[in-house]
Amino acid sequence: MTISAATDWQPSATLARLRARAGLLARLRQFFAERDVWEVETPLLSAAAVTDPALASFSVHRASGGHCGYLHTSPEFPMKRLLAAGSGAIYQICKVFRDDERGRRHHPEFSLLEWYRPGWDYRQLMDEVAAVVRLALEQPALTVEIIRYRELFWERLALDPWTASVDQMRAIAQTAGVATAQLELDHDGWLDLLLTHCLETDLGRNGMTFICDYPPSQAALARIRPDAVPVAERFELYLQGIELANGFTELGDAGEQRARFEADLAERHAQQLPLPPVDGHFLAALAAGLPDCAGVALGLDRLLMLATGATDIDAVLAFPIERA
Amino acid sequence: MAFYSTSEFKGGLKIMLDGDPYNIVENEFVKPGKGQAFNRVRVRNLKTGRTVEKTFKSGDTVEAADVHDTDMQYLYNDGEEWHFMDPESFEQMTANAPAVGEAAKWIKDNDMCRVTLWNGVPLAVDPPNFVVLRIVETDPGLKGDTSGGGGKPATLETGAVVRVPLFVQTDELIKVDTRTGEYVSRAKE
Repeated sequence: MTISAATDWQPSATLARLRARAGLLARLRQFFAERDVWEVETPLLSAAAVTDPALASFSVHRASGGHCGYLHTSPEFPMKRLLAAGSGAIYQICKVFRDDERGRRHHPEFSLLEWYRPGWDYRQLMDEVAAVVRLALEQPALTVEIIRYRELFWERLALDPWTASVDQMRAIAQTAGVATAQLELDHDGWLDLLLTHCLETDLGRNGMTFICDYPPSQAALARIRPDAVPVAERFELYLQGIELANGFTELGDAGEQRARFEADLAERHAQQLPLPPVDGHFLAALAAGLPDCAGVALGLDRLLMLATGATDIDAVLAFPIERA
Repeated sequence: MAFYSTSEFKGGLKIMLDGDPYNIVENEFVKPGKGQAFNRVRVRNLKTGRTVEKTFKSGDTVEAADVHDTDMQYLYNDGEEWHFMDPESFEQMTANAPAVGEAAKWIKDNDMCRVTLWNGVPLAVDPPNFVVLRIVETDPGLKGDTSGGGGKPATLETGAVVRVPLFVQTDELIKVDTRTGEYVSRAKE
């Protein structure tokens, strides 16, 4: 038994906010029921893990000591297996786990709403995400602004994220006082720094702001549209400077997906990060045929923060990890 | 040499940056939807007292600063340095003017001070929160004023100057809050 403060047994959220969570979950389930999107459950614990070098999976051991698998960082792979099996439109509300993520807007165990729409592209899905947020916040008049990733950087920082050099981005970051001379980042790392330190707080000031059409190097699991300047059909939703959701027109090509996994693993190897097993079931499902679809993951704790005026994620959690 | 990972960052952690010891004042974890995570920290330079913001790539490691606080008794000033003693081991140490800083104008012999050591050498000295000092010079106040409204400057035995109520006179002892530099009350021997 560890020694703890006398009040540590109590929830860090008020009971009113915990009731607001229950209300939010009920409204979301009704929303999807009315639209004939059915709720699924997939394993939290799986043999394979995400390869994205920026995500750290918790590794789970058996009571006897042997390795057992990984806690998922998102239900994306098994949900796509259901789509390939012919499920049609599905959603899931579940806990996901990401090691090393802790802050005012991050908690290593958090609640995700993830859903998929066969036959839709990311533009159509953005409309439905907006409807979900309006419902969740009970603000039916909340406006929507859609801005392309490239335009955002060009308009606010006079920088083309496709062609900018590392030195250019470093100079902007240093002028803004958010980077020291010692900070070493790759091209996407500098873009991430500028986005999070110089742009994010202004996003979604007066309504919902969707950023879309990401650089192909930040496609994750999005399809790349072969325009003259190719873009990833990916979007992120921001409201009040808080990143709420990430969606794609989903990549369905098994060969390209395998190549992205291998590129991730090479990057993990270079960074001396763990090399988890790739999800072979997921790749087999893509090879069998994923219907054209769009999918999105939305952070429910942050949505609840916005709905209840909380500035710290602990204020919407019953028991954060330090008192779990 | 000890190192801290960014995942261990929290307020109060002492780290080395550019050869100077720093105290983490505030740590914020920042991450885009997908991609590179950062730790954006406000840190205070323990030598200069200046606070600056720094951003680290999450997962990076930083050298730990061998900094800790200890309670020591102030013995005397030899004209150049301030001498302190550990009341338990009786070990003596000297602190220079930059380390003693503002504390110099509040402390007198035998006061207990909080001394911050860096690699075993005094880096900063905090005086007690409250000290009792004798007034060596102040203008005679107006007769009958007991309210303390307005006030007047008074020079203390350590050289510090504080505002005191008009009724307080030369040679009296007063209690001062060293954090604000303000008069609290009259005091007895």
